Amino acid sequence: MSRLIFFFWLLPAGLAAKVTDLYPHEDSTSIHNHFKEARDGDTLRFNEGVYYIHSLVVTKPLVILGRGNCILDGSGKYEILTISARAGTVQGLTLRNSGYSSMNDFAALKVIDAANLLITDNSILDSYFAIHLSNASRCTIRNNTIEGKAISEQLNGNAIHAWKSHHLIIENNTVSRHRDGIYLEFVTHSRITGNHSHLQMRYGLHFMFSNDDVYTRNIFEENGAGVAVMYSKRVTMKENLFRNNWGPSAYGLLLKDISDSEITQNRFEENTRAIHMEGTSRIQLRQNLFKDNGWGVAIQASCNENSFSNNNFINNSFDVSTNGQVILNVFEHNYWDEYEGYDLNKDGTGDIPYHPLSLFGLLIEQNPSMLILVKSFMMQLFERMEKAIPSLTPEHFVDLQPLMKPFTP
Amino acid sequence: MLRLPRYIIYDILRNKIILAYTLLLFLISTGLFQLEENNDKALLGLLSVVLIVVPLVSLIFTTIHYYNSYEFMELLLSQPQSRWSILLSEYSGVAVSLLVAYGTGVGLPLLIYSPGPTGFYLLLAGLLLSLIFCSLAFLIAVLSRDKAKGIGIALLLWFYFALIYDGVLLLLLFSLSDYPLEKLTFLFSALNPIDLGRIFVMLKMDIGALMGYTGAVYKNFLGKETGILFTCLVNLVWVIVPLLLAKKIFNKKDM
Amino acid sequence: MIRIEHISKEYRRIQALDDINLFFSRGQAVSLIGPNGSGKTTLIKCILGLVLPDHGRIFVHTQPIETSPAYRNQIGYMPQIGRYPDQMKVGQLFKLLKDLRHSDPAKLDYELYEEFNLSNLFESRMHTLSGGTRQKVSAALAFLFNPEILILDEPTAGLDPLSSELLKKKIIVEKEKNKLVLITSHILSDLEDLCTHVVYLQEGKLIFYKDLPTLQQETREQKLSRAIAHFMKKNNPIAPLN
Repeated sequence: MSRLIFFFWLLPAGLAAKVTDLYPHEDSTSIHNHFKEARDGDTLRFNEGVYYIHSLVVTKPLVILGRGNCILDGSGKYEILTISARAGTVQGLTLRNSGYSSMNDFAALKVIDAANLLITDNSILDSYFAIHLSNASRCTIRNNTIEGKAISEQLNGNAIHAWKSHHLIIENNTVSRHRDGIYLEFVTHSRITGNHSHLQMRYGLHFMFSNDDVYTRNIFEENGAGVAVMYSKRVTMKENLFRNNWGPSAYGLLLKDISDSEITQNRFEENTRAIHMEGTSRIQLRQNLFKDNGWGVAIQASCNENSFSNNNFINNSFDVSTNGQVILNVFEHNYWDEYEGYDLNKDGTGDIPYHPLSLFGLLIEQNPSMLILVKSFMMQLFERMEKAIPSLTPEHFVDLQPLMKPFTP
Repeated sequence: MLRLPRYIIYDILRNKIILAYTLLLFLISTGLFQLEENNDKALLGLLSVVLIVVPLVSLIFTTIHYYNSYEFMELLLSQPQSRWSILLSEYSGVAVSLLVAYGTGVGLPLLIYSPGPTGFYLLLAGLLLSLIFCSLAFLIAVLSRDKAKGIGIALLLWFYFALIYDGVLLLLLFSLSDYPLEKLTFLFSALNPIDLGRIFVMLKMDIGALMGYTGAVYKNFLGKETGILFTCLVNLVWVIVPLLLAKKIFNKKDM
Repeated sequence: MIRIEHISKEYRRIQALDDINLFFSRGQAVSLIGPNGSGKTTLIKCILGLVLPDHGRIFVHTQPIETSPAYRNQIGYMPQIGRYPDQMKVGQLFKLLKDLRHSDPAKLDYELYEEFNLSNLFESRMHTLSGGTRQKVSAALAFLFNPEILILDEPTAGLDPLSSELLKKKIIVEKEKNKLVLITSHILSDLEDLCTHVVYLQEGKLIFYKDLPTLQQETREQKLSRAIAHFMKKNNPIAPLN
């Protein structure tokens, strides 16, 4: 923010920025002309009312403002605003009804080859893609409310879509009812903070090939499949809340082929699977809370050198599961609510190791029909025997020093 | 007609075993709710206890009661009463007593600590199990003249429903794991009232929803009105069929 | 009054009753006598409908007994062992049976009930009573409804001599009222003053059914026990007398 303001202060002297007011009674051509005539650094101000405009292309640094309740309507056919400039601001607008195309990624607000944009306090409703960035850098997308139509995965675009961009800041937006809430592909060095992504058809947040990014304090809930981080490196995930991602193939967080990342202090509550890991390596999972999930962490055999410490596992049907026999990941100092050991030397960690793998979890993974035996007397007996003397589950899947009480920082 | 059951209930409700059973259930229920701050977990624990204890006590208590009332039933049968009315009176006497014991021992704590739909379904499941295993016990008792043998069979039957059946089911599911069995498992569950009660309550606890596709299939079927209807109907069959069989045998039985 | 036609019953390959034919009428007091396992109790239970015979039929007042349980309104039964629900009070037991029989309160016979002083035990629970007291309760119940037929299975067993005498007196009184009394007992001397007829069963077979004078005449014995002993010696020298 401060960086942008600073930038505008540096605009060439003598070209004092001009403010042009726009009104709903003006026709489309006249609006297009205003934009054509505007000079770098000018402000164009939409006044209250509905504007039916399409394919408005901005190629110079402008401040575009909305005053009162002003609505830019794409009539369900067109893109509304495209910005391709080295700076600029879009603020206080409502964009709605942008068009759908099966060939192009039609968006309400498209950013192409741009930098230093501030997109803030807008509402974007009923659009295919809402904000679509490609080849953008140092842009900030903040405080926007985006709500899609939630028709189907094919007919819905992403709410905030970024491709081949870097140094983005995406914060405090509320996005819902799109395909993906926030989609990042080849996006690096970006920060995603404080967003609320819910009710997406697919993922609340979707990473593809995006390295060195940070996302913190977001809330992801009731999405079709949760959050997916794929084919990425050095991603920091911190203090997010993953909640209520329920369904046959739903996850809180899906990790696929990612490495050297950090997952810290997140909360996973009431997900079918809190975390599903596939082909991940060197990930630190620390101080997370797994509560009321079907599965806490599902670790596929393709994962290695991940470490779990100081996590709290509370009231999950199954805390962890795996499909492999060789264990290349480390668990230590986690709290498991099912742990029944003792702590004679009072150092806060239990004196006997804990085997968090559940035999029943293993069975049900292989044969879902086994669900019919959940919590049956027989299963509980087997489970106890297995926990005491692991025979069918991998013996080395173990927390040697389980915590006696939930971890508190 | 209703007088005889009333006397029998009066008699059983003063029985020390029934009082101990009520107290046991009450202590377990309140204990679980007191010790476990997580309400769902307490319910889950209570469910496990109910599924084991209720069938066992219902079976054994009913069987013993039948044998102990044998001479009294003889006297009643020498009165101008039909055999069916005596059997039904005895059945309703024992059944109502078991229901009262369970309703007090588990129902009251549920009402205090967890008065939601899950608690209600747990209560319902236990009540139905009481009735079912009371029926089965009557069937066992009329089949076997010998008390020791009858109690032995009752214990075996409990063992079968509580443990062996699930073991066989486990093996079966293992060997048939290549086939889609979701629908078939409803049938399997219907063949064991303990399993049926367990799944019924589990689904209310939303565990089912956490279990992915299969859980969704179960929830879609058993969680909806049709499922509740299905469960109740199957339970009713489990109550009525053994009782009718017992009636048929009792009518031809030499006392 | 009671007609028994070709009754047979087999228990686990033992012939408990073998083609029994009998007719009992009013004013008779019939002793059923025989060794253990001779079929006395089975016969009684057949009449009461507690045991269903394999063959043959039983009529009470010309009505076949399998048609309706209503015929048992005319029968008072005192079982060999009286066991009652533990927690039931004596008063409740009487009330229960009165409820079950829909009897006319005016016709109830409280004589034994009063002679046995059962009203003192009105509030006592059954499990607190001694075996003898429970027998008194059973006896009082059998006579309570003033039935036309009394079936008493070992009525004096376990009773003290005084109560036993009271019961025997009562049986005689009822017999005089032109009722039918069927008694089984091991104590033949008890039966002596009571019975008018004797049925002797052995291994399920009816050995004889005679009135007392005929029996005495045939055996030239006045005492019933000796008459029976005489008959048994003649019939089967090894069979022990109970």
